[in-house]
Amino acid sequence: MNVKLNRRRFIKGVIASGIAAGTIGHGNAAAGGARPAEAVDRLLSLNINGRTRRVDVLPQETLAHTLRYKLGLTGTKLGCNRGECGACTVLIDDVPHYACSMLTHNARGKTVLTVEGLQQADGTLHPVQQAFVDELAPQCGFCTPGQIMATVGLLRVNPKPTREQARHSLSGNLCRCGAYDHYLNAVMRASGQAT
Amino acid sequence: MTYQHIGKDFTPPDIFGKVTGKAKYAEDFTADGMCYARLLVSPMPHARVKKLDLKAALAMDGVFGVLTADNLPPVEAPNGGILTNEPVFIGDPILAVAAVDEKTAEDAISRIDIELEPLPFTVNPTDSLRPAGPNAREEGNIYAGSPPQVGELHWRQDEVERFLAGGQPSAEAPIEWQYGDLEASFDNAAVILTESFVTTGYAHMSMEPRSVMSYWENGKCFVYGSTQSQSFIIPFLAPMVGVAPENLVYVSEYCGGGFGSKIFPYPIMALPAHFAKKLGRPVMLRITREEEYYIGSARVGFQGWIKAGFAADGRVSAVDLYIVQDLGPKRAGGDASSAGGAVSILYQPEALRLRSVPVLTNTTPRGAQRGPGQNQIAAIFEPMMDKAAQELGLDRVAIRRINAPDSNAKLNADQGPVTSAHMAEALDLGAKRWNWAEKAKRSGRRKGSKVTGIGIGQGYHAAGTSGFDGLVRITPDGKIHLHSGVGNLGTYSYASTTRAAAEALKCDWSQCEIVHGRSAAHLPWSSYQAGSVTIFTHTRANHVAALDAVAKLKEVAAAALGGQAGDYDIDGQRVFHRNRASRALSYGEAAAKAIEMGGKYSGDEVPEDIHDVTKRAVAGIAGTGLVGVAKDSLPMRGTVPGFAIGFVEIELDVETGKHEIIDYLAVGECGTVVHPLGLANQLRGGGVWGFGMATTERHVYDPQNGLPANVGFYQCKPPTYLDVPSNMDWAAADIPDPDNPVGARGIGEPAMGCAVAAVMCALSDALGGHLFNRTPVTPDVILSHIAGLPPTSGPLAINTF
Ligand code: FES
Ligand code: FES
Repeated sequence: MNVKLNRRRFIKGVIASGIAAGTIGHGNAAAGGARPAEAVDRLLSLNINGRTRRVDVLPQETLAHTLRYKLGLTGTKLGCNRGECGACTVLIDDVPHYACSMLTHNARGKTVLTVEGLQQADGTLHPVQQAFVDELAPQCGFCTPGQIMATVGLLRVNPKPTREQARHSLSGNLCRCGAYDHYLNAVMRASGQAT
Repeated sequence: MTYQHIGKDFTPPDIFGKVTGKAKYAEDFTADGMCYARLLVSPMPHARVKKLDLKAALAMDGVFGVLTADNLPPVEAPNGGILTNEPVFIGDPILAVAAVDEKTAEDAISRIDIELEPLPFTVNPTDSLRPAGPNAREEGNIYAGSPPQVGELHWRQDEVERFLAGGQPSAEAPIEWQYGDLEASFDNAAVILTESFVTTGYAHMSMEPRSVMSYWENGKCFVYGSTQSQSFIIPFLAPMVGVAPENLVYVSEYCGGGFGSKIFPYPIMALPAHFAKKLGRPVMLRITREEEYYIGSARVGFQGWIKAGFAADGRVSAVDLYIVQDLGPKRAGGDASSAGGAVSILYQPEALRLRSVPVLTNTTPRGAQRGPGQNQIAAIFEPMMDKAAQELGLDRVAIRRINAPDSNAKLNADQGPVTSAHMAEALDLGAKRWNWAEKAKRSGRRKGSKVTGIGIGQGYHAAGTSGFDGLVRITPDGKIHLHSGVGNLGTYSYASTTRAAAEALKCDWSQCEIVHGRSAAHLPWSSYQAGSVTIFTHTRANHVAALDAVAKLKEVAAAALGGQAGDYDIDGQRVFHRNRASRALSYGEAAAKAIEMGGKYSGDEVPEDIHDVTKRAVAGIAGTGLVGVAKDSLPMRGTVPGFAIGFVEIELDVETGKHEIIDYLAVGECGTVVHPLGLANQLRGGGVWGFGMATTERHVYDPQNGLPANVGFYQCKPPTYLDVPSNMDWAAADIPDPDNPVGARGIGEPAMGCAVAAVMCALSDALGGHLFNRTPVTPDVILSHIAGLPPTSGPLAINTF
């Protein structure tokens, strides 16, 4: 945008540039349209939810972008796209990561687990998912996949967390609906500690 | 009353999509040939587009088109247009570019040659009210009148100074209402408190940015959006996108939070439809977090003055309330009147006057936010109740009990009735469960640098309406389809209200299927999902539809098996003759017979009084089963009140100014409990919202340039896991309301009001009863008070600190 520069515009520009760094475009591959001339395509093999997925990935592409817009795994949500909310949480080699803040190229050779990879083939829910259902944990549900992945990650390293430990472990996952208490109830239930 | 479904937990079907990632929110949809739109938003708080050269952008490979305000129907100020040539806040969308992908669209935006002429702006209502203060819009600086319109109002300088200094306001207020004899009631007061106050506006910041996707197919417009409401959207969105309501297909199966900001269709929702029509291809507009801050709405701010009189026995005798509202730059503004209404019902004063000045500012547009008005005043008035109790030597629960509204309570300017109210019982329940008598003794207890504060707060919102439609259908396979036009805003009320139909049909829940989320699924006309109205309103609508189905089941049985309809009864998915049990039809058999009989039984004829949306829904299912459909015209003998009470214990660190919430209990006074876990989640979630409003969330604008300083989650500071107690208790009075067939009333908004009030009271309590009279109370405010320093911000500072 070539707005006639003045002081106000300049200040705004400086502030906005920090924000733009966290903003990605999306849709070219999904839409099947033309690619920007400068894009460098890379065909990657990624281990996602136990399967090998071959996918074209641009150098600047985030994992959340690849999952959502190239692999159709839209369970990974984007609440902020800049590492503030945890809605995009996935497990990389069992450790919770913000998929919006990780380049897909850095997931090479690692295992990626998203919320879609938890349910068994026969439809049985993962114990964490079942606990979230039993406690009516989600409200609007937009933060829920992230909360679930953070919980699965926690229980892999600490199968019987105290409520206090769970609260700290999940504190990188915002819930605007304020369903925190129900999420913590679900963590305790999933770890066999429901009261 | 013993119920089969009401008051029991169940698993709402949409929760499986939420936990598996299969739930599709607006941004998760795609369509063949879909392109992507990006917005160019205003970098100035108020400006006029002087020059716009799109040539370079349009010449780019992969760019499909540009949409400007000139391509869209004009909108009368101060209504929000989709795009504008006179942006009135930073972030106001000026134009949109559609391209093969977002990056190309953004590159194209960078090549647009646009020249803006800066115009005067303001981020502070009282600055605008000064004699030569800036107007937020070319048309003026206030939005008032009947019907409301933009006008201009400036006070004398001494009137501004007096107001800012906390003096009794004398300046003109375009909105005023009153009941009772104010002067006489103040004369009867033993204690009179006079305070000035400020409650800062802040962003809704729903978790899901409000992305929208649209396309046109065979003359129909398909919109995938994010709204709190479902059926209610149709008649409003259809004209916005330029299509007849019957040709609009609206999908909002999931909504990632709205909190008042997605009650109605919002202007940007219509952009992809217009663009898709122009380009002849589907358009996705994905909204970023920063854009969500700009266009995602915010709470109306208050700068105010209040005088409250209390009789020697603790009764609130008179309240005089004066509120300057910060409305942002567009249409908004019932908050002040709602604040007056809340005071009128919660404390039942003999006399009350409300005056209000609704001022436009060049900050983000405002709208309803969870308890709009009621919750701002709860934050201010409840600590004043504590102060009055202290001066009168009364216990803090006791003074609330003395004033507690019962079923004879009156409210608002017309002093109208309520359907029922039981606040004394709810206060008793809460005080007992929370062990108030013991915990109150901890007030002011010191442990190192930490001081204990104990708070109680009350919240109110009108919580129910009537006149909407219900629709149920029994198919020959015996299934009962509960058609819900209620939006899926996260409260599960789209599902829990259908339990009233299952109750009246005396059927097994396993036989029921809830139909919702897509207008194409044949959904009845529904109220908006806001204002805490759904549980009251749609248990009624479901009830009357089910009663219509029951009557038809009996008539069908009489036609098939002989006798009169009155000879038959229902149970266990069967309609049977009372005296000859062998004369019976299963629901499935009755449905097949209804199809055969046609007419009203199969939905081929419909009642005259149902809404067009419902008529179209019934037409879509006619001939597929026995159709029960009706408009709710049950009696509603007053305002339906929803109340909640919060009890809180905090520890305030007097060295850092920070506090920790140790313990919280919310008590709902909302009639019969319909869905216990759902109610629990609303009471707790509302609590979290209240904590945020009390202590962290606020707008911050640079007064020099009108720049917003907090456009992300991190700066807006909605509470995290670590800002709330790890256990939050709840209870409910569970006393049925006589004007609802299952006794229910709403709760969502009071659940927040009681919490913001309780925390404000606890902060005050920890510091010996000092009234902060502002939200949020941040650590710097606390530290300045403790140090005996003047406040860190100017008098009644709002948006600027
Ligand atoms: S979307 Fe990744 S942290 Fe918010
Ligand atoms: S459930 Fe809505 S944001 Fe967490």
